[in-house]
Amino acid sequence: MTTAPLYLDHAATTPLLAAARAAMLAGFDRWANPSSPHAPGRAARAALEDARARVKAALGWTGEVIFTSGASEALALAITRCIKPLTTVSAVEHDAVRRWAGDARIWQVSEGTGLVGSPWPGPEGLVAVQHANNETGVIQPMERIAAQVREAGGLLLADCAQTAGKIALPEADFIAISAHKFGGPVGVGALLVRDWTLLRPTGGQERGYRPGTENLPGVLAMAAALEAGSDWMDTAVSLRAKLESGILAAGGAVVAVSAPRIPTIGAYRMPGRSAQAQLIRLDGMGIAVSAGSACSSGSLKPSHVLEAMWQEGASEVIRVSIGRETQEADIERFLAAWRDVAGA
Amino acid sequence: MIYLDYQATTPLAPEAREAMLPWLAGPDSPGFANPHSPHRPGRQAAAAVEIAREQVAALLPAGGRVIFTSGATEALNLAILGSGRRRLAVSAIEHAAVLETARFADPQAAILPVDAAGLVDPAIVLPDGVGLVAVMQVNNEIGTIQPVERLAERARAAGALFLCDAVQGAGKLAPPEAADLIAISAHKLHGPKGIGALWVRDGVDLAPQVHGGGQEGDLRSGTLSPALCAGFGAAAQLAVQRRDDDAANVEALWEAARNALPGFTLNGSSDQRWRGNLNIRREGLDIARLMSDLRDIAFSAGSACASGSGKPSYVLRAIGLSDKEARSSIRLGFGRYSRVHEVTEACARIAAAAEAQ
Repeated sequence: MTTAPLYLDHAATTPLLAAARAAMLAGFDRWANPSSPHAPGRAARAALEDARARVKAALGWTGEVIFTSGASEALALAITRCIKPLTTVSAVEHDAVRRWAGDARIWQVSEGTGLVGSPWPGPEGLVAVQHANNETGVIQPMERIAAQVREAGGLLLADCAQTAGKIALPEADFIAISAHKFGGPVGVGALLVRDWTLLRPTGGQERGYRPGTENLPGVLAMAAALEAGSDWMDTAVSLRAKLESGILAAGGAVVAVSAPRIPTIGAYRMPGRSAQAQLIRLDGMGIAVSAGSACSSGSLKPSHVLEAMWQEGASEVIRVSIGRETQEADIERFLAAWRDVAGA
Repeated sequence: MIYLDYQATTPLAPEAREAMLPWLAGPDSPGFANPHSPHRPGRQAAAAVEIAREQVAALLPAGGRVIFTSGATEALNLAILGSGRRRLAVSAIEHAAVLETARFADPQAAILPVDAAGLVDPAIVLPDGVGLVAVMQVNNEIGTIQPVERLAERARAAGALFLCDAVQGAGKLAPPEAADLIAISAHKLHGPKGIGALWVRDGVDLAPQVHGGGQEGDLRSGTLSPALCAGFGAAAQLAVQRRDDDAANVEALWEAARNALPGFTLNGSSDQRWRGNLNIRREGLDIARLMSDLRDIAFSAGSACASGSGKPSYVLRAIGLSDKEARSSIRLGFGRYSRVHEVTEACARIAAAAEAQ
């Protein structure tokens, strides 16, 4: 059996696209500070603003865009600078939101599907609900949620780290995105803001909402990655269908199989084998997948996401996430390895 | 184009660019993995981050750890807000990233004055009950080198933490050994934009300002970029290797520039100064006109962040200049990749254009 590297952990990060790499390298040659008043500084500023317009166009976003170092910072910026305090978070948020929650109300999710419940939990502050979950791929009913939040007079923050550049963005007041999840570089992301009046400024760059010299190469590469489009989502749908029918046929289970899910992420249970044991075996075969998020991997704590919605055999669940380059042969190889580990 | 704005940002070193390339590779190479993933490609990326951390640590004192951030602004925010200290004292000529954050944390923050040479008095009396003192190593507008070792000792004696913004000095000068917290930025030392670091002395407790996956020992969440770390590391290593050559080059450039600009007055100390920063004034000089006359020379009239604000520099006012004098000042910055002949030429043209006004 081959042990050539097979990467199926695209939800952790995904390779830099060729177009993004080219844009980044060109950006390295434009190293002037975009805030400098001289000609190279003004040229850098023009390139930055052009990239901002391109990011908005590619995302179909008509509000404002604040470039950040990534989604964690974008979420922190929204949470700490919003005119309303964070009052409500879903039970399945990424730690980048959850760890701000304090005594905010938890919007519980349904057992089995991971979808936030229908009743509005209140109160009417800043409400954080992620678009698609990074561990299970479950897509929340954002339209309904946005209507509930709006009706209550709250503001909605949507963590779109796993969906931006792949599927259409939801309606929200704030949206956090991360370039390295859609083929851009690590170290750059953005907070999309419906209206400047929803945030308290800090001073400095980015119209006074995010101080620090702008990472122009990163921003140019992010714009290029977004412009590469998401045509491959159709392929992802069929690749994942093949993966899941193989896993089900071999005695596995698909987490939240009946919920709407982004086609790039799936969580699978192998009964009788701990996730750690599966990962070690698969890693030995050259296959990179994960148990939950990359950040929490290595810790042996059970995932809070699965705890909230999928109790049975949660310690036996691994995440497989596919990317733009994933081929049918990759899925076949993974399935063979999965069956091998399962002893099926 | 002659670039004379080394305080705003510096050209990316070819070595730093090269070091980033393997980590910017496409799907055919393992060089893209998340360094926090436990699988093999993830571990390789983590190893690159740790090598870079050691390279950056070589710019900093022993006895602490390097926390990667998105830049110096974030590092300074983490230091000031994360320290939890509520009574602050900061010099009058700190960068806005320190001044504004200090005022946010403590609206009554004490402002430590500087003398006409742009230096904080090392014997200055610190306010009672001060919890954190911040004085920069090298000023970004006038290049003056502060007596940070002595100030750090005074802060310690007062029971306060000492934070040093070493953005303009890192890789050029020895680090402020007595500091508790040191912020640096890669793009000011020929590394990439989008990365910096906070050095934290062992035993100093900070609270994170960005929560999430718990990276960087839970002090700074967010996926680290192996590419940016590697670029920063290579730039740091190069700065260490070239420190003497770079300093000699700057000394020659300084002499050439000073000689080519008779009739200009130096702002700030000549001796206690990083001489890659030449901030000068000339009575009645119209800066806007000078800049528009010399479009192929990149220089500035203060910090890049404040440019365009139209406000006279608070740094120049702090050293006792009138608004009129501050508005007739320019900042010329040069360094590793500047050549004596181009700096001489640029300065001669600045002198001629000023004379012609």
